[in-house]
Amino acid sequence: MSDPISAMNMARFDGIARIEETGLHGMITLRGDLASKPLKAAATAVAGVAFPGANEANCEDDTGICWMSPDEALVMCPYDTVKAGVAQMQKALARQHVLVVNVSDARAVFQVSGPSAREVMAKLCPVDLSPEAFKPGMFRRTRMAQVAAAFWMVDDQTFRIVCFRSVADYVFSLLRVAAQPGSEVGCF
Amino acid sequence: MLILTCPYCGITADETELAPGGEAHLKRHGPGSGDDEFHSYLFTRENPRGVHFERWRHAYGCGKWFHAARDTMTLEVFGTYKAQTTEPPKEVRAAITARHPGWSWRDFS
Repeated sequence: MSDPISAMNMARFDGIARIEETGLHGMITLRGDLASKPLKAAATAVAGVAFPGANEANCEDDTGICWMSPDEALVMCPYDTVKAGVAQMQKALARQHVLVVNVSDARAVFQVSGPSAREVMAKLCPVDLSPEAFKPGMFRRTRMAQVAAAFWMVDDQTFRIVCFRSVADYVFSLLRVAAQPGSEVGCF
Repeated sequence: MLILTCPYCGITADETELAPGGEAHLKRHGPGSGDDEFHSYLFTRENPRGVHFERWRHAYGCGKWFHAARDTMTLEVFGTYKAQTTEPPKEVRAAITARHPGWSWRDFS
């Protein structure tokens, strides 16, 4: 058997912020009534974090839950436990009207870190990324230039971005250009 | 730049994050309806200079369809509301009346 590798194979770039692809992550799409107790219990049992509110993400290292839409959540877990996580959730929610799908290999995850991380992201997304408006713990689905992406802040200088694997190369190139040395804007 | 607030996720999204869906509150005329009704359902659209009701989709965000009431001339937005309705809610109509007394749009006023 061949070993799975991530879309950009842990590519890195150092400019006004550090851009890195963070490798393989377990990601499970969960669709259903997010107010339902069994659904929340199943998600928190796999991720080990509290269920987030609207437009929020609760993430710790490799695990977490992101609020994607009023009826969708993204459950994150280590890549090698994702199959067990899906099985566990499907079993727990067997009698519920939900959808549980392993999307790990359909996504790529990037990290943008450094004092200018906000600027790099603000160049690419139509989102107010000022420190007052966008804080760690918040989650935003939007576009980066021409493709869909979602991101949250790990801490005040670090973003995690999730995008489709098919556009990983495009997103990495975008971030590389946005983080070119000498391209600070100084607006935050 | 048109900026609309998605009534589902509460995000204030700019136009480039949304997909336009044409006129809102169309009544479908399908099998059993007359040719004139079907023709008007398919082809006849409002094209007002002023108050207009539209459908939009938060395409790059939560993915939900919603309705928006806005002024096509000034881009003033009177309100956005969920898609599960056949007519604009009272507060949106009131907001329009405050700016355009005596307005009308199709059957609404």
